[in-house]
Amino acid sequence: MRLIDLPFDPAREMAAFNAAHAAAGGIVSFMGQVRGQGAELLELRHYAPLTLPGMSALAQVCAARWQLDGLLMLHRTGRLSPGEPIVLVAAAAAHRRQAFAAADYAMDHLKSESWFWKRERRAGQWHWIEPRADDYGGLARWV
Amino acid sequence: MTARLIFLGRLEDAAGGAERDVTPGPLEAVLAALAPDLAVALLGERVRMALNGVLIAERGGIVLREGDELAFLPPVSGG
Repeated sequence: MRLIDLPFDPAREMAAFNAAHAAAGGIVSFMGQVRGQGAELLELRHYAPLTLPGMSALAQVCAARWQLDGLLMLHRTGRLSPGEPIVLVAAAAAHRRQAFAAADYAMDHLKSESWFWKRERRAGQWHWIEPRADDYGGLARWV
Repeated sequence: MTARLIFLGRLEDAAGGAERDVTPGPLEAVLAALAPDLAVALLGERVRMALNGVLIAERGGIVLREGDELAFLPPVSGG
């Protein structure tokens, strides 16, 4: 689980994670990236005293809820250009359903409960992004 | 003798900066010393607060002491 303020290479991260879990039955990963249309630049702000403990707590819930061999959560902060990776989540488990579910759960909760604020620059102007209703809809699936 | 207010997300625009040092004291007094528009934005129903990195469940009775950091957290916009 890491927060990083510089671009990362998802393929390299996944290669390291796969190598660390060579005995797992399967690995599921999700990578989110900055959409290609619209904004010139995206900025992700966070509040460190809450962000890191929040991500640790999420990892602990995933570990308690599913039988995992390993879980990876990487999240960017700072300024990103279209096409740059924002988030990478990977779950390794003996069986695929555990890995799919844990990665899905981690993404839903990162989207809606983590302490990140986004703003976009369009035509030279910065705009804060408000939460979308379907980010919360994702959470309701897990109640 | 200062305490610090931290403004996240769009509250940073309302405050004109990401943080501000204020004179310690009861939260009502701290807010009363700010521009009225900013105080109203900070007290918004969906704005949560964290005192020294811990989320506050109950807003009443907050008193800022020297060195305290109070963060105002609008709804997050996701990963």
